Amino acid sequence: MTRILEVSKLNKSFGGVTVAREIDFTLETGAMHCLIGPNGAGKSSFFRLLLGEHAPDSGTITFCGEDITTLRSFQRIRRGISVKFQVPGIFKALSVRQNLEVAFQHHLHGASLGDTVRRVLEFTNLTGAVTTPAGELSHGQQQWLEIGMAVGVEPKLLLLDEPTAGMSPDETRKTGDMLHDLNGRGITILAVEHDMAFVQQIAHSVTVLHMGAIFAEGSIAEMTAHPGVQEIYLGAADD
Amino acid sequence: MSSLNSPDTTARPPARRGPRKWLARLEGPQTMGHGPAFWAAAVLVILAAAAYPQFANDFTVGNVAYFMVWTFMAMGLGVVWGYGGALSFGQTAFFGLAGYGYGVVSINIGSAFGLTWLALVLAVALGGAFALLIGYFMFYGRIKGVFIGIVTLSVTLVLETFMAQTAGPQWRIGDARLNGFNGMSGMPPLTVPWPGGDILLYSGTALYYVLLAMVVLVYLGLRMLLNAPFGNVLVAIRENPERTEMLGYDIRFYQMLAFGLGGALAGLSGALYTAWGQYITPSSMGLTAAALPIVWVAVGGRRDITATLLGSLLVIAGFQSLTIYGSQYALVVMGGLLVFTVLVTPDGLVATAMDRIGRLSRKMRR
Repeated sequence: MTRILEVSKLNKSFGGVTVAREIDFTLETGAMHCLIGPNGAGKSSFFRLLLGEHAPDSGTITFCGEDITTLRSFQRIRRGISVKFQVPGIFKALSVRQNLEVAFQHHLHGASLGDTVRRVLEFTNLTGAVTTPAGELSHGQQQWLEIGMAVGVEPKLLLLDEPTAGMSPDETRKTGDMLHDLNGRGITILAVEHDMAFVQQIAHSVTVLHMGAIFAEGSIAEMTAHPGVQEIYLGAADD
Repeated sequence: MSSLNSPDTTARPPARRGPRKWLARLEGPQTMGHGPAFWAAAVLVILAAAAYPQFANDFTVGNVAYFMVWTFMAMGLGVVWGYGGALSFGQTAFFGLAGYGYGVVSINIGSAFGLTWLALVLAVALGGAFALLIGYFMFYGRIKGVFIGIVTLSVTLVLETFMAQTAGPQWRIGDARLNGFNGMSGMPPLTVPWPGGDILLYSGTALYYVLLAMVVLVYLGLRMLLNAPFGNVLVAIRENPERTEMLGYDIRFYQMLAFGLGGALAGLSGALYTAWGQYITPSSMGLTAAALPIVWVAVGGRRDITATLLGSLLVIAGFQSLTIYGSQYALVVMGGLLVFTVLVTPDGLVATAMDRIGRLSRKMRR
């Protein structure tokens, strides 16, 4: 398998707070991988470093063999990284259809744009809400809309920051099915998630972050059995 | 690998191309008003406007032409602020710069052979280019929110201060004296070459028709642009800039282009104003002048170009009527109108009225 993402010796601090400490991380093409860790572990900051929203103090990020460490966010997206934020990053005043059209129109036009919008509407179960202002959708539907927007840009790697936050159990299960479907279509998935049941539903492997550094990596069974991981979730590792 | 983006095999109407595609964009998600009823009403309004000079005296027609001069700046601010979400407090910088630009060029090249139109085009280009430059430094410097208002207000006040100190004879460009606080005068009005003598467009019916045609063209052009992908991205940036960038758009570039367009339209107003009155002063870039376009656009409705146009015309006409009774009184009313709009109809009086009418007509059709 080829590596889609390689992160080497990544460091980032804000004043006295270190959010990334010597992070070495690799992701194989086609993987479904989860990042877990307690609040403040640096998971979202790691995503923001991958997306170019923060510039690292040192270290490199390589995507599909290209060093993207100094690229701006939109340039990383154009190379095949896409993201779904923790708080749904949708255009609330625009209709569902307009949200999707804005998402896809820089690489699709005319009939192919309409076709893709229709397919994504079906995929995200939003066909019946096509003219609804996105701000009026339920929380779960807003999460799905953003997943639809994120996959419509034809990513190779999809970053998901707590994709099931605030969802009902049924919505969470549907979201897991959706991600398996996307992974089956060739999209590599890296998700930050707290819900361990959901992690077990979707992930092949897990990385545990703690205080900005990688604490442990392995299969879900290994991580749930790892005494250190249990301790940091209970706060004992700081003692 | 199957993909969400794979081609659809079901039969679909062919995509529109070329001019038809642009005409289709006269209607769309970013502009209010669609369907035969809207366009029939629009045609009626234009016909009524075209017939208006037949029923009014030259002085009144000239006044309405003067109102139309300002609508380009208002529509430009609507694009920058209402659609793009960047509140510019300094559209008057581009208005004034283009106004002086028209004066300098037209005084130096004269008005023969319709060269005043060249002066107009160059002045608009100057306003647009300066806006692109300011926009480049603002948006590529990641200035956002209220700081855009502060920077743009500073730019217009600096220009006003600079032009006010250009009284000495050394402040001239060719034959054109800048003339400090007293302002520049003596530039020719717009002219149309005509056998037996040029037609001068400085007041009355001829200027009225030229301006009416320009307002209609700019309005329709903006409708098409705002319903095109450019307009969709602009609105997306207003709604959620981070998400828009994370969809692969260089939002700085779009914001700069919109700001440049707004500057060019403000420049068009400035050049036409100078050609209309053959006079431009630094106070056209002052604080009061800078605040007024914000009132017009906010009161009309900044998020829809039709509301911006109609609202601006109404507010400017009202303001002019009030100034007959004293300018300070008129400014107080403008301030009150702005406060009322912000508190009661934050989307703008005209936009809210248009929205209500639209809902009512849909309800009646059902």
